[in-house]
Amino acid sequence: MPKDNGIGASPKRREDVRFLTGAGNYTDDINVNGQAYVHFLRADVAHATINSIDTSAAAEMPGVVKIFTGADFAEVGGIPCGWGVTDRHGNPQQEPRHPIIADGTIRHVGEIVAAVVADTPEQARDAAEAIELDVSDKPAVVDMAAALAEDATKVHEDLTSNLCYDWVFGNPDDDAVQAAFDSAAHVTTLELVNNRLVANPMEPRVAIGDYSRSTDEYTLHTTSQNPHVIRLLMCAFVLGLPEHKVRVIAPDVGGGFGSKIFHYAEEAFCTFAAKACGRAVKWTSTRAEAFISDAHGRDHVTKIELALDADNNFTALRTNTMANMGAYLSTFSTSVPSYLHGTLMAGNYKTPIVQVNVKTVFTNTVPVDAYRGAGRPEATFQLERVIDKAARELGADPIALRRQNFITEFPYETPVALTYDTGDYVATMDKLEQVADVAGFAARRAESEKNGKLRGFGINCYIEACGIAPSNIVGMLGARAGLYDAATVRVNATGSISVFVGAHAHGQGHETTFPQVVADMIGIDEGMVDIVHGDTGRVPFGMGTYGSRSIAVCGSAMVRATEKIIAKAKKIAAHLMEASDADIELKDGQFTVAGTDKSVAWGDVCLTAYVPHNYPLEELEPGLEETAFYDPANFTYPAGAYACEVEVDPDTGKVSIERFSAADDFGNIINPMIVDGQVHGGLGQGIGQALLENAAYDEDGQLLSASYMDYAMPRADDVPFYQVDHSCQTPCTHNPLGVKGCGEAGAIGSPPAVVNAVIDALQSGGKNVTHIDMPLSPARVWAAMNG
Amino acid sequence: MAKVSMTVNGKAASGEVEGRTLLSSFLREELGLTGTHVGCDTSQCGACVVHVDGKAVKACTMLALEAEGAEVATIEGQANADGSLNTIQQAFQDHHGLQCGFCTPGMVMSAAALLKDNPKPSEAEIRDYLEGNLCRCTGYHNIVKAIMAASGQDVSSIAAE
Amino acid sequence: MYEFEFEKPSTVAEAVAALAEEDAQALGGGQTLIPTLKQRLAMPSKLVSLTAIPQLKEIGDNDGVLTIGGAVTHAAVAEAAAGSYPALADLASHIGDPAVRNRGTIGGSLANNDPAACYPAAALGSGATIVTNRREITADEYFRGLFETALEEGEIITAVRFPVPEKANYQKFLQPASRFALVGVFAAKYAAGVRVAVTGASEEGVFRWREAEAALDASFAPDALDGLSVDAAGMIGDLHGSKEYRAHLVAVMAKRAVAAAG
Repeated sequence: MPKDNGIGASPKRREDVRFLTGAGNYTDDINVNGQAYVHFLRADVAHATINSIDTSAAAEMPGVVKIFTGADFAEVGGIPCGWGVTDRHGNPQQEPRHPIIADGTIRHVGEIVAAVVADTPEQARDAAEAIELDVSDKPAVVDMAAALAEDATKVHEDLTSNLCYDWVFGNPDDDAVQAAFDSAAHVTTLELVNNRLVANPMEPRVAIGDYSRSTDEYTLHTTSQNPHVIRLLMCAFVLGLPEHKVRVIAPDVGGGFGSKIFHYAEEAFCTFAAKACGRAVKWTSTRAEAFISDAHGRDHVTKIELALDADNNFTALRTNTMANMGAYLSTFSTSVPSYLHGTLMAGNYKTPIVQVNVKTVFTNTVPVDAYRGAGRPEATFQLERVIDKAARELGADPIALRRQNFITEFPYETPVALTYDTGDYVATMDKLEQVADVAGFAARRAESEKNGKLRGFGINCYIEACGIAPSNIVGMLGARAGLYDAATVRVNATGSISVFVGAHAHGQGHETTFPQVVADMIGIDEGMVDIVHGDTGRVPFGMGTYGSRSIAVCGSAMVRATEKIIAKAKKIAAHLMEASDADIELKDGQFTVAGTDKSVAWGDVCLTAYVPHNYPLEELEPGLEETAFYDPANFTYPAGAYACEVEVDPDTGKVSIERFSAADDFGNIINPMIVDGQVHGGLGQGIGQALLENAAYDEDGQLLSASYMDYAMPRADDVPFYQVDHSCQTPCTHNPLGVKGCGEAGAIGSPPAVVNAVIDALQSGGKNVTHIDMPLSPARVWAAMNG
Repeated sequence: MAKVSMTVNGKAASGEVEGRTLLSSFLREELGLTGTHVGCDTSQCGACVVHVDGKAVKACTMLALEAEGAEVATIEGQANADGSLNTIQQAFQDHHGLQCGFCTPGMVMSAAALLKDNPKPSEAEIRDYLEGNLCRCTGYHNIVKAIMAASGQDVSSIAAE
Repeated sequence: MYEFEFEKPSTVAEAVAALAEEDAQALGGGQTLIPTLKQRLAMPSKLVSLTAIPQLKEIGDNDGVLTIGGAVTHAAVAEAAAGSYPALADLASHIGDPAVRNRGTIGGSLANNDPAACYPAAALGSGATIVTNRREITADEYFRGLFETALEEGEIITAVRFPVPEKANYQKFLQPASRFALVGVFAAKYAAGVRVAVTGASEEGVFRWREAEAALDASFAPDALDGLSVDAAGMIGDLHGSKEYRAHLVAVMAKRAVAAAG
């Protein structure tokens, strides 16, 4: 029987009521009395020297409050990069200054050149059009290989080249790795592109800066996944403000998918300008601006080689990747192609030798950073594609080849620095074969062929690393932040509970799931527990929500804090019942003394804590409020197997997804309904990457797909109902809930299955197509079939 | 500036607007009805869908002055008179048809328009009808399922709950 | 958007008078014009809405000719033409999305003449007559290239007259992002001959595929088109498909349209 409350139940989401009735409180719904509006004049060329900016005419336009240019920000810091990667020679990454407003050079279309603050948004825009900008165009650096050429134009004149870092991971011994390839019975090589994407949360970014002269305090409302991180970066690195004078609030946030992790220029601008203008300053991004100012994702070009012995055992893997950083280093940009990608290259397999080579490259494009999965989809895609290609070359069954090479014993130390604590890849593959009805495929293919369609079946496995940690290890690897999280459990006098968490919900349902855990631990109704998040003025310093970390890291902090609450409450209960606290048991909200019929209710203990008339004041402080910070001992390792079935119209190249099946192991699950929803959403995005989405630049650095007219978002009729199963559960061994995280799996695990299925379909039609780069648009599939 | 008057969620509403004021801006900024969201500038995302004289329209692609005298319905007016969720809203909650909630008002308004014309739509008809409503969170699975459920269809056999 | 005045006349005469002002522009359903204005790509002094003029909302059906007022929405055409001209109704019911169809008008679409729009294919493929406040223009005369038409300043499409064919069908292959036609082919069989109009594909906008028409005149069947192709040289090549791909799709969609027309 499914549970109807607590851990493992699927209560309806409490946040839904406000969203379904139009009562959500998103940043753009907030207006501050007397606010002015900023319009950013953005570069329309990719690379240029700014000769002059004449704002005099604009300044005279109606409603203009103040106009800012790069010169106004000369005294403040640049936007920091949160991760310093050390290259293969022991040198630090090249790290250019990332100004709030372009300071003499334009480096990508969309970069802020000037900012106009005015009484209304249209007045600000009118005035921005009156700014006279004189620039000298420079050659745009767009293609990564060209950017690395000796004589390439430099994106940053003060750097030695367009190379950010040249990094090697796994086995650094080139000769040893080559020897493994030389002695292989078979080597499969694949060159591929992991297409550049735009995250496209449906809510565009918004920032409202406010400043109080009376208290010298700033408030920034912003669309962020991690308000404390924004406050720290903005205060410590950009504006030089004391954190206690700055409050960052991220209210209801309409999706993030990584793109709202990063500290953006617009946030610092609005905060800075609020004081300079003496008025709150609001910015609401248009979708057009979002395309050229939100950090993009992916954009890797890779060559991967897999060596196998005569028995089809994987013996070595070598990858060479170029990863686009764009024009500047966004907050987590440098960690994505390195530690979030290289560490995952072993996948689910016991390949003994793995070498990962990554060059990160500056180009005159929008900065690239984490997007749902961040490095792990790039790793999974190339690995699962090359395995599929190997299976085809060897005439091996793609499922059997994977099974043969699975890691089966845990803990397992990979050649790329991770220790998988637990997992069961055989079980998820078994489950997948059942969910996907592999046995029925031949009949379905025959049916499709009768209708003139080619049908293909594609499979892949994935592993991801969630809840990136522990802080001391990531610190050694270059992280410039800790990766713990925090929770404060505040029990009120009548027994209701507010939990203040560092995690931030922007669709994940924390307001429902987090209370399930606390209520379950105490044995009270979930309705007595609320969480508070998204406000640095209220919640303890936590790192926010990304990387599928919320329940594994912040949830663990919440468990620890709740354990402290229970321990203290037991002491109070022991006092009330004149027993030893070691004998106190808590069940269903009742404290009892073991072996007696004495009991006292949760609510009575709470009241006693706050009205301590009968209370051991000498030994125990009154009140019932505890905080815990939790720094995980290891990553968590969700894993699974995915299968996709497609039909291809041979006349047009159009691919339709007929079935998509997922078998995931997320460890223990708090709320199955929400886990399903997370997987569905990830699958939608992964299928979008595989078939539809492409942030394409022309050679001049103009973004060709800069609106929904050209950037193909997945729509309801692009996807099927998904078959999702997460009954395989190997609980995480090192966090108190045994949870692993589920937010990114769908996006990580689906693109290779889709591509593998399309290749299978084309091969079944007699077409010798071994690879097509994503997105597999009708035009590309048709070209591959007829190429 | 010109005066505009309309009925919004059954109540008379009026205000002074410019020629260029969009219906979405009028609803959000003049009337404080911020449930109608704006997610794009090219009339594609559908977060702004409202009903004008009973028909679904994109409030970001209609001038406020074009709605002079019209009956406008927004997400704020959808709940039952006692404040409880209506059938469609309830189905979205029951079937986890929303995550971040940003596209949700438009989805609910589009679903309402669909079910008015087609009380028992098939899965394919629902997916087709939602062509103008983008969701980035749900992969559409539970949205389609919720709309089927709201139309009284048995959704228990649809994969995964 | 730049600021503009807004006017909503109730007669054609009033509309014509309002449009006489310099830089005044007619507004149909606004589904293309308003997004254009948001990008500040146009700067009209005044928008004159045509949607409150009863005459422009009339639909008439007599003697094998379907007459649709210029301000009739796509949704209304889908409904009104379902019995008399199903291919046209079907085309109208797949323009944009439901909310767009509730606002967008046939007159607005034809006046704009987007090279990837559907209505130009229907009008040209049906040999329709574009009726304005000044004159009647045959579809063959009306379309003049990308976003170019025979309309003059201040001229308003009051109605479009569609001769109803014996059989017809429109096949649209979607551009994956915009959902406009990457290629759309309208094929219609009249007693006087077959017309085949292609949208989405050509750098010159909607065009008649004469070679296909001739072949289909001889035999209105898909295989009559075997071996026929349009020249890739004049096709649009972009992010969503090469010239060759579009040329290929023209042939595929034409065959499908003929097959579906029955």
